[in-house]
Amino acid sequence: MQSFDLEAQGLRALNSVLHDQAANTNQTVWEINNPKGSHAIAVGLDAPIEVNVKGSTGYYCGGMNKQATIHVHGSAGPGTGENMMSGKIVIEGDASQYLGATAHGGLIVVKGNASSRCGISMKGVNIVVQGNIGHMSAFMGQSGNLVVCGDAGDALGDSCYEARFFVRGSVKSLGADCEKKEMRAEHLEFLKEIIAESGVDAKPEEFTRYGSARTLYNFDVDNAGAY
Amino acid sequence: MMNSHDDKGIPHTTPRQSATFTADVNSDIRRAAATGIYDIRGGGAKRKVPSFDDLLFMGASISRYPLEGYREKCETNVTIGGLHASNPIELDIPITIAGMSFGALSGPAKEALGRGASMAGTSTTTGDGGMTPEERGHSNKLVYQYLPSRYGMNPDDLRKADAIEIVVGQGAKPGGGGMLLGQKISDRVAGMRNLPKGIDQRSACRHPDWTGPDDLEIKILELREITGWKVPIYVKVAGARPYYDTTLAIKAGADAVVLDGMQGGTAATQDVFIEHVGQPTLAIVRPAVQALQDLGMHRKVQLILSGGIRSGADVAKAMALGADAVAIGTAALIALGDNDPKYEAEYNALGTTSGAYDDWHEGRDPAGITTQDPELMKRFDPIEGGRRLKNYLKVMTLEAQTIARACGKNHLHNLEPEDLVALTMEAAAMAKVPLCGTDWYPGKPNKSY
Repeated sequence: MQSFDLEAQGLRALNSVLHDQAANTNQTVWEINNPKGSHAIAVGLDAPIEVNVKGSTGYYCGGMNKQATIHVHGSAGPGTGENMMSGKIVIEGDASQYLGATAHGGLIVVKGNASSRCGISMKGVNIVVQGNIGHMSAFMGQSGNLVVCGDAGDALGDSCYEARFFVRGSVKSLGADCEKKEMRAEHLEFLKEIIAESGVDAKPEEFTRYGSARTLYNFDVDNAGAY
Repeated sequence: MMNSHDDKGIPHTTPRQSATFTADVNSDIRRAAATGIYDIRGGGAKRKVPSFDDLLFMGASISRYPLEGYREKCETNVTIGGLHASNPIELDIPITIAGMSFGALSGPAKEALGRGASMAGTSTTTGDGGMTPEERGHSNKLVYQYLPSRYGMNPDDLRKADAIEIVVGQGAKPGGGGMLLGQKISDRVAGMRNLPKGIDQRSACRHPDWTGPDDLEIKILELREITGWKVPIYVKVAGARPYYDTTLAIKAGADAVVLDGMQGGTAATQDVFIEHVGQPTLAIVRPAVQALQDLGMHRKVQLILSGGIRSGADVAKAMALGADAVAIGTAALIALGDNDPKYEAEYNALGTTSGAYDDWHEGRDPAGITTQDPELMKRFDPIEGGRRLKNYLKVMTLEAQTIARACGKNHLHNLEPEDLVALTMEAAAMAKVPLCGTDWYPGKPNKSY
């Protein structure tokens, strides 16, 4: 295992050494000490490595990640995993706002709660939250899945496209053009797999599915009041 | 023919059209009443605003001697982004191609922009819709726009870029997002944007993962870390509050500020937005330069001015007022063949005329540029289009050099406000150069009247 002291060695050195890891690197496991809420930790990675951050992170940890697995042993700041393409991010604590914003792929798991705008404009990522999520989550979500084992705040899935939302608890309110959907066998199967992969504590049949009613897909003046 | 008198022999007054309810206004009202939807169109502000046309260069005189045309050098090169980036952008000419999306424009049109810009020694810019291989392949210097929608945004393309432009706003619609209507969403456009084919695609008006200058500073840090501090990071803002926006962009760590006035075009937005929100390009340049000077960053952080730049005279005036470079969008499309009178019959069939065609969002462009229709796209030859753009850029550069030499300057960057006078009080106040024939402009310090 490679160990890196962020406080002593600095952010530029950290991201630089992580970017230098080739696909076939032998240095597959990294431990980052003293993160102390620093921003932009382990951003733009593109190798199948495992990065363990021993503490809480600031903005954009794991931003634009490809392939890497990033494990935050603490809470994560705004925009964690933004525009992630593939790989995995696990947050042991809570996640701040904009978790997984515009992310195209991969998996983000939050063991605690996620704040507002979780999965905003998501474009293919899967996000699993053990706790609750805040308001305006998955706003303009395009594709991918948001799985919430707790409750969702106001305006879930506002103006969403083809992203799917599975909530086990209550939804305070649905956003514009977001509606409750039927659970079919394929959805239960998807949940079974992603629950197993995420290691969260839930059963597929406990969830309700939500998604786009598709009434705002093409502009119609009679819908202007919905916005 | 109208009768001049009524049946009792009393003369009619001359029929008088209203200056308030003009034919244009009345047609807008009739259109609104018929449809119930506001008018959406492309392009920039069409209203008359104070502009670079209201400024003149004084040229040489006894106190200033000129340089010989064709004989004495007048340099045009510019370096953008040397403050923080290890690989700044080096351009032969200070006229860049502004961001226009694949989606709004066809693939061949984007290719032509790359070809023309590369031949002329300048950069081109992606748009809301990501980077296409033909655009990257044909552009020596490509600026990658980082937009609120993040359509097509991915780290691989980010690392292929020669610079990154974080788009906060655009002059046609400060505070507005975009809308690409369903009829332009082909399979390829839909695939790049990860959305179903044929639906209207909204582009958000603000970024999904940051708000305000403090967040922007962290966002810039993230982008620099991802790209290894190699490429310059520009911040593009609309002509809204140029002094403060420029100040905050510099504070956030931008290498360059792109400032876009209200004459700057858009692929599609509400006409009311285009015509009534934002400030003219002439009005925004001095406050932005003042912000750079107040922070000691003029010529260190570059200012790229856009919005209605059409000629070498506009380039020279922008640079005399303190810009380091300009960007052109609408003018580049016209050079490619947009709104060409040779398609007049087809423009007429669309209810318009060449020069006025602005329904780019409908995808029925007779010139085959602002469309995704395979048949219309065939009309446009990217090689010929690139050649035309190169020619146009060369002419603009020669024109700007002609003016600079006449003012005795051996580099376009040496043009200065002292070379200019204004034709109108408004232009004098905005450009802070004297009204013709006076030593005064409105707001000049230490002057009372």
